Amino acid sequence: MSMDRRDFLKLAGASTLVGLGGLSVFDGFVKDGALASQAHTAPGASAGKRLAMVIDVSKFKSPDDYKRVSYACHSIHNVPSIDNLKHEIKWIWTDTYEHVFPGQADQYMAENIMRLPFPVLCNHCAKPPCVRVCPTKATFKRKSDGVVMMDYHRCIGCRFCMAACPFGARSFNWTDPRPYIRKLNTSFPTRTKGVVEKCNFCAERLSAGLQPACVEASNGALVFGDLHDPSSEVREILSSRYAIRRKPNLGTGPSIYYVIGGNEHA
Amino acid sequence: MSDGWKIIAGLIIVIGLVTFPFYANFGKTVELPSTLEADPGEMHLGDIPLVNMRSEHMQLLNRWREEVVREDERYIMFDGDEYEKSLQNGCLSCHEKEDFCTKCHTFVGVRPYCWDCHIGM
Ligand code: SF4
Ligand code: SF4
Repeated sequence: MSMDRRDFLKLAGASTLVGLGGLSVFDGFVKDGALASQAHTAPGASAGKRLAMVIDVSKFKSPDDYKRVSYACHSIHNVPSIDNLKHEIKWIWTDTYEHVFPGQADQYMAENIMRLPFPVLCNHCAKPPCVRVCPTKATFKRKSDGVVMMDYHRCIGCRFCMAACPFGARSFNWTDPRPYIRKLNTSFPTRTKGVVEKCNFCAERLSAGLQPACVEASNGALVFGDLHDPSSEVREILSSRYAIRRKPNLGTGPSIYYVIGGNEHA
Repeated sequence: MSDGWKIIAGLIIVIGLVTFPFYANFGKTVELPSTLEADPGEMHLGDIPLVNMRSEHMQLLNRWREEVVREDERYIMFDGDEYEKSLQNGCLSCHEKEDFCTKCHTFVGVRPYCWDCHIGM
């Protein structure tokens, strides 16, 4: 054979490139293709329902109105009341305008709005980043109605979802929550140390044909329904009132809308 | 080989430790949990024959979990009655946890973490 050492090395190098390099470049194309197609078909954008909520903040008149709403949720879902802010667990709570709508506060804005507590909860986003990052598919989006759900059995507590959620909608159980539950609802499970939890849009109540507990307790301040149904109450409100969502520029597509309203000008 | 006795002593200690569970429990009588006295033809909820429930209830529970959490299929029909696929609202509405779960689990020495979240009253 008349192949000298130099030619042999060249040939070997080239075939290695084709063999390994070629393959992995090809792989890359395939993966990019898959990612690209994922980005175009937003989960939940398909047929089926898209459940949403409209919160009319002007209908909250007293601190009791807020308390009643969060109590309704936290009591039926066995959400613990932990005073230590670092360990706190919350499904629905309140925050200030400045924090709920960052970048939209203004020094000349009506003071009552700036001081008003805004109810906040998981936005059940149309393109939820929490779902994209979860390595175990513990967090997933229900195709039938767009509810972002969790399977606590599968949560490994990595908290990627907490880092990914731009709304702080998720809490982590640093300790066993059981001792901090005021009154156990024995028909609903608790969570355990080491899992993340958040609002489930009352999936268990929806399944029984009921409205979410917070909506039921809100005296009409919270309205719940299907965004894909043009005759739904939420669509009716959205077509007649000016409503805003949290951080829409991030593109997660929140399904919680806020009607600010404000005072009937005194 | 003046250190031979050290090796022998070491071996004896190791063997003693490894076999500890055997002689610690030797001669003890452990009460068998009452068996599931089932007719081989009889079915339990969820199409697992009653005689196999003891060995296969974990698979049944796993399947129920997927169906409830992912598919929102929360009920199962059996003999014309509707049952909830749920530990606390289903199983334990007929069975008693202590007798139905704990006894066997203790006997075989497993500690499933169902009850970390599910409430067994
Ligand atoms: S608000 Fe946060 S937790 Fe809820 S769906 Fe959106 S990203 Fe996920
Ligand atoms: S903490 Fe749990 S739910 Fe969140 S990303 Fe990790 S496994 Fe998924």
